[in-house]
Amino acid sequence: MPYLADGLRLPTNGLDYAILVIYFAVVLGIGFAAKRSVKTSLDFFLSGRSLPAWVTGLAFVAANLGATEILGMAANGAQYGAYTVHWYWIGAIPAMVFLGLVMMPFYYGSKVRSVPEFLLHRFDKNAHLLSSVLFALSAVLIAGVNLYAMAIVVQALLGWPIWVAILVAGLFVLVYITVGGLSSAIYNEVLQFFVILAALIPLVIVGLKRVGGWHGLTTTLDHSHGHNFVTAWGGTAIGETNPLGANWLTIVLGLGFVLSFGYWTTNFAEVQRALSAKNLSAARRTPLIAAFPKVFIVFGVLIPGLIAAAIAPKIGTPGSNLTYNDAIPLLMQDLLPNGVLGIAVTGLLAAFMAGMAANVSSFNTVFTNDIWSRYVKRGESDAYYLRFGRIITVIGVLVSIGTAFLASSFGNIMAYLQTLFSFFNVPLFVVFIIGMFWKRTTAQAGFWGLLAGTVAAMVNYFYIYKQHVIAIPSDQGANFVSAIVGFVAGAVVMVAVSMVTKPKPEEELAGLVYGTRSPGMEEPPAEGDEAWYRRPALLGTAALVIAAALYVPFSF
Amino acid sequence: MSDYQHEVEELERKSATAARLFDVRRIIGGLFVVYGVIVTIAGITASDADIHKAQGININLWTGLGMLLLGLAFLVWLKLSPTTPPQGDDAE
Repeated sequence: MPYLADGLRLPTNGLDYAILVIYFAVVLGIGFAAKRSVKTSLDFFLSGRSLPAWVTGLAFVAANLGATEILGMAANGAQYGAYTVHWYWIGAIPAMVFLGLVMMPFYYGSKVRSVPEFLLHRFDKNAHLLSSVLFALSAVLIAGVNLYAMAIVVQALLGWPIWVAILVAGLFVLVYITVGGLSSAIYNEVLQFFVILAALIPLVIVGLKRVGGWHGLTTTLDHSHGHNFVTAWGGTAIGETNPLGANWLTIVLGLGFVLSFGYWTTNFAEVQRALSAKNLSAARRTPLIAAFPKVFIVFGVLIPGLIAAAIAPKIGTPGSNLTYNDAIPLLMQDLLPNGVLGIAVTGLLAAFMAGMAANVSSFNTVFTNDIWSRYVKRGESDAYYLRFGRIITVIGVLVSIGTAFLASSFGNIMAYLQTLFSFFNVPLFVVFIIGMFWKRTTAQAGFWGLLAGTVAAMVNYFYIYKQHVIAIPSDQGANFVSAIVGFVAGAVVMVAVSMVTKPKPEEELAGLVYGTRSPGMEEPPAEGDEAWYRRPALLGTAALVIAAALYVPFSF
Repeated sequence: MSDYQHEVEELERKSATAARLFDVRRIIGGLFVVYGVIVTIAGITASDADIHKAQGININLWTGLGMLLLGLAFLVWLKLSPTTPPQGDDAE
């Protein structure tokens, strides 16, 4: 959670505010203009499964590019240096490619409307209800924490009181999602993607000029922070110490495999964007198209972080009045004149709202389709569920606003809760991957795998690490290890339970498990989808090659 | 095919998004042209202090021109290949 230092008030003027006001007007305009396209619940929750791949692809990357991510990754850059690239190149790209190439045919082809719904058909109601409820709760919680984080930043940068910032941003999100549904959320994400680029690129250019270019930056940091600070793998051999508190093995397995695959392939706030694509080809290309900007976005956050570490070497230490989260605001204040400054402020606010909106628009879908229409009120008309979706959106945002106010009085509890929830995601991936590829996996194995993996990850983090049973050097490192533990425990329990229970009959698994297809689901490819540059395998391979190649200059 | 798949297919047939949702390229193009013009003007009228702050770069001018170009590119793309709503019965 960002706590920004005092004294970062930006010298905004009328010009900057004009840019901000225009943006807020456009956000609302998109919501009301999208309203006429919402006729069914499918329009509201999944844009009628009809959007083109480039739109869903950019929304896929933007839904993750919230302001907590931008400020947080720049903070990582200032604190850990070039290790930050791991969160992108090994911690995102392989998982995104895997989602597009391997998992999307099951998600999109089986016509489920959410990630938990896949669990319902593949496993049983227990696994479904558990993951639906946890997802709904954590989505609202994260939306609230995001809102509070925004209010702190806005208070520091613009001087708005916290409650004003929470209400303004919360109500804007409320209106544009309730009115325009997912289409409105996705369009705003695409717009936010470009605005945030327009904010980060000038910041990087001016910042690099300030520190004497890339060469000047690395020379300065070599002197002040040591050479490992500007390499990706320096100091990560097993047994060596580094500020990240992780070695190459826990980075590759914990971050690159378990955490990253868990987040990118099973987090419904992300997968939902791909499920709204217009056909299977577009759905598969959604995360693949997103992978290309994702590969390069790291420079937009890492370089400002490094620059902040170079011009304020004491940043984040007890002797400094700056925290790591101040990296980007510090550069904005120091380097951007009015005009571009307004774009940067707008980009940050847009990113906060988009991050919150992604949570709200996935929350309302899961709550309506997976909880309400399945367990509370079955068999109502589509118009009923559409209306209910809008009502629950309003309720969800109001609860998030409440959570944000709670967070402002009990910040630590919220941070704790967030860590707690992060462990529910870990075993989801193992449940999906084993369920998708091993026909023998039984219905009961899903629920018990989820539960065992979650508990194991929590025990590792809150008992073995926090009570110092085993020494792990940092929270980050402990996170990676906990993820691996949760994954392994989930896998072992799933296999064990599958061995002693009865598998589902094969005809119920059609289209849900590797090697099966359900009858009548073959869609003819759309015109133009055979073009070579739209071939998923090629796009996926290209993204992997670029990510691997970019590691080379950071490896020495 | 199971029931839920029929239900989704039925909803897909009734969906209005493909036929009625406006093209996002219009919005991106429009907003970036407006922003581009505003920021470019700020660049043309930049004070010495502004330029000094941005390390001698007239960052407003360059950012403004870049945004203007991006906005125009989206509008041209929209003009060259407009969306064709899919055929089908759009009741009402």
